[in-house]
Amino acid sequence: MMTADAAPPHLLLSMRGIDKRFAGTCALDGASIEVAAGEVMALVGQNGAGKSTLIKVLTGAYRRDAGEIAFLGKPVDFASPQEAQRTGISTIYQEINLIPYRSAAENICLGHEPRRFGLIDWRRMNAIATELLRRFSVQIDVRRPLMSFSTAIQQMVAIARAVSFEARLVIMDEPTSSLDDREVEVLFEVIRQLKREGVSVIFVTHRLDELYAVCDRVTVMRDGRTVLCKRMANIDKLQLVAAMLGRDLAAIRRGKTAFSGTRRVAGRQFLQADGIEIGQRVRGARIEVDTGEIVGLAGLLGSGRTEMARAVFGVDPPDAGRILLAGEEARLSSPADAIARGLGLCPEDRKTEGIIPDMSVRENLTLALLPRLTWAGIVDERRQRQIVERFIARLAIKTAGAEQKIRELSGGNQQKVLLARWLCTDPKLLILDEPTRGIDVGAKVEIQALIKELADQGLGVLMISSELEEIIEGADRVFVLRDGRTVAELRRGEISEHAIMAAMAHGREGAGPITEATSV
Amino acid sequence: MSEAPPLALPLASPRTKLSLQMRRHGAYWALILLVVFNLAATPHFASWQTLNVNLTQVATIVIVAVGMTLVIATGGIDLSVGSLMAISGALAPILFLSPFGSSHPVAGVAVAFVAPVLVTGLFGLFNGWFITRFRVQPIVGTLVLFIAGRGIAQVMTNGNLQAFKNPAFQFIGLGRVLGVPVQVILMLFLVAAAGWTLRKTLFGREILAVGGNEAAARLAGIPSDGIKRRVYMISGLCAGIAGLIVVAINSSSDANLVGLGMELDAIAAVAVGGTLLSGGQATVVGTLAGALTIQLLRYTLLANGVPDAAALVMKAAVIAGAVWLQRRGSAP
Repeated sequence: MMTADAAPPHLLLSMRGIDKRFAGTCALDGASIEVAAGEVMALVGQNGAGKSTLIKVLTGAYRRDAGEIAFLGKPVDFASPQEAQRTGISTIYQEINLIPYRSAAENICLGHEPRRFGLIDWRRMNAIATELLRRFSVQIDVRRPLMSFSTAIQQMVAIARAVSFEARLVIMDEPTSSLDDREVEVLFEVIRQLKREGVSVIFVTHRLDELYAVCDRVTVMRDGRTVLCKRMANIDKLQLVAAMLGRDLAAIRRGKTAFSGTRRVAGRQFLQADGIEIGQRVRGARIEVDTGEIVGLAGLLGSGRTEMARAVFGVDPPDAGRILLAGEEARLSSPADAIARGLGLCPEDRKTEGIIPDMSVRENLTLALLPRLTWAGIVDERRQRQIVERFIARLAIKTAGAEQKIRELSGGNQQKVLLARWLCTDPKLLILDEPTRGIDVGAKVEIQALIKELADQGLGVLMISSELEEIIEGADRVFVLRDGRTVAELRRGEISEHAIMAAMAHGREGAGPITEATSV
Repeated sequence: MSEAPPLALPLASPRTKLSLQMRRHGAYWALILLVVFNLAATPHFASWQTLNVNLTQVATIVIVAVGMTLVIATGGIDLSVGSLMAISGALAPILFLSPFGSSHPVAGVAVAFVAPVLVTGLFGLFNGWFITRFRVQPIVGTLVLFIAGRGIAQVMTNGNLQAFKNPAFQFIGLGRVLGVPVQVILMLFLVAAAGWTLRKTLFGREILAVGGNEAAARLAGIPSDGIKRRVYMISGLCAGIAGLIVVAINSSSDANLVGLGMELDAIAAVAVGGTLLSGGQATVVGTLAGALTIQLLRYTLLANGVPDAAALVMKAAVIAGAVWLQRRGSAP
């Protein structure tokens, strides 16, 4: 399956046949990556493809179960990220893990401070830091606390710190996700500077344009395997998206999800969101959902899908744009507002934002309904139990009983409880962010069938999914987001893998010739 | 893979189950053990006298700890309770000793009961507002009034000791109804009310939801900031009542001493009682048992000739034990 351009000379790093299992689940299955000296290698893949695990195996944060790692021509086996750092591999994580209250210089020199008579030599430390940053054309007062600088400068400090360890390889995990265009350009200049100095970079990102702007080659991972490794010049965006999503451009499989079958679509417009802007993540997006309609929201990771869902639900009110519910302008400043207007949201991360782990199935299921189950402040426990029993039966939730703690349930059943949490409030629009992620196949099919059934009964559904099949077979209409903008609206008949992927890749419908893609 | 596929958690091993049981019911067992030990070892233990002494001494701690339990249930903490007690303790005598209080004794005492508690309730609300508005950690947010509150009390009294004799007001600390001290009745009433609120009302369930997972609670439409403001206000109200009782018992109010160290006694009672300090699980009756355990332990040591200094060490040991059980019980 793997196709590769010939490995370049002067190999700096080579990882081969890496396996890693967590509690019986395969996170890496024979994954590999090779990086030449002075090369910028892009590492891309969907959520859960194994990018982070591969990096953690390399830096010694995880122990591999099988495979070989060679760095500078010698086999290595790092016991910790510190050891990897001493050997010349520095990692900059997505969330900058520096110390916000300490100065930029202290952060750069942390752990290897210059000393004089056993005390820190502040003057030399500041000089070292200033000099390192000057290499990247960053001129700041290094004595100021890190938190007083912009995110971009903080990134530069993190990079300067990485380089100060005489790094031969710098790994950047989504460094641009919180930067604006100008800051991204500065970062790219830094990467090019590193390259000129012979330092290699592994660059993890979800923004396709960035890959073409700065990377030499790209390694694509999917389901724990390395599926493709090519020069950027030899692959176009559509092929890249297809490789990430695991699609064969020629063949489209159908009928694998529980969504198949025709649906009656006749609804009134319920949700209209237009011109939505949220920080750097969403820059003028538009979505619409009618009653009884399943709308798919597609886009690569980081395209602003989740942010849109949160904006519509009143969690993070947008900076600009307007949201209409049933034709009326709605200013939703909290989830409670949204719930009062008939909305519900199942968040992407079930564990941190969905369940209350130590509460029972009963309490979790009725959490949103609770105010309506209350008379004079007192919860009507009899009605609560009736409703809970009804939904446990209706959604076939597998639980020892209503009083079992939700954390003891399987992921699929937890998700069903969360769905029931909204269904019992009799919503008009349900926003589902990755409703079937991390759920076993059986529960997945049940949940998909349920979504369809609910839509047939008039519920509007906005479904975010990274699984194209789910969107293609489930949705009556699809909006495609790309870098925070709605780039396509596809209706029944127009919805196809090709159309969605083309929009993800190029920002427009249809494949078309690749022009901008190959320009570096 | 960034997300491991879901697995049903393995059932708790017998060991962790035992420690979970110990955390939930440890205070009750300790209490029973102490009672049994005293019945055997301490002379004249089984008397109304002993019961009354212990209940009277523990009442103010329990009253403050009830409010503290609700705060801790949301994942917060309230360090200001001792200082708020000093404020209400300073304010009450000022009111009934004032010209108005002297000329209208009945109304003066009524105001002296109500106004100080309302004032500390407002200070509690301020704690909640400060913590939610500026996203300050509760331990820091309530440190403000922990420090400033006692200062405010001292300013109100010019730093003077206020001695008084006012039987009507002191009824709250010295009076008895059917032989039961009034503060014990108040304590039992507040424990029952808070326990019932936590179990049966929307407010109670929302407190636990916020403490259990605030992000999820917010997404389910629960106004977490409002809930927090209310629990800090309740904590302030409880501290105000406790302050009144303390000055009533002492026949005097000393802003330097009223409620000194109370925040730690209350937190200890909550922890020993089995409430999870990280929030989400709370038991008010457990808090009562926790406070009684600490009180009875101290009484047992004193009654058997162990000096107070050693009793403090034993108290610390019990708290350390309770926290250890919490960690064991809550670890997955």
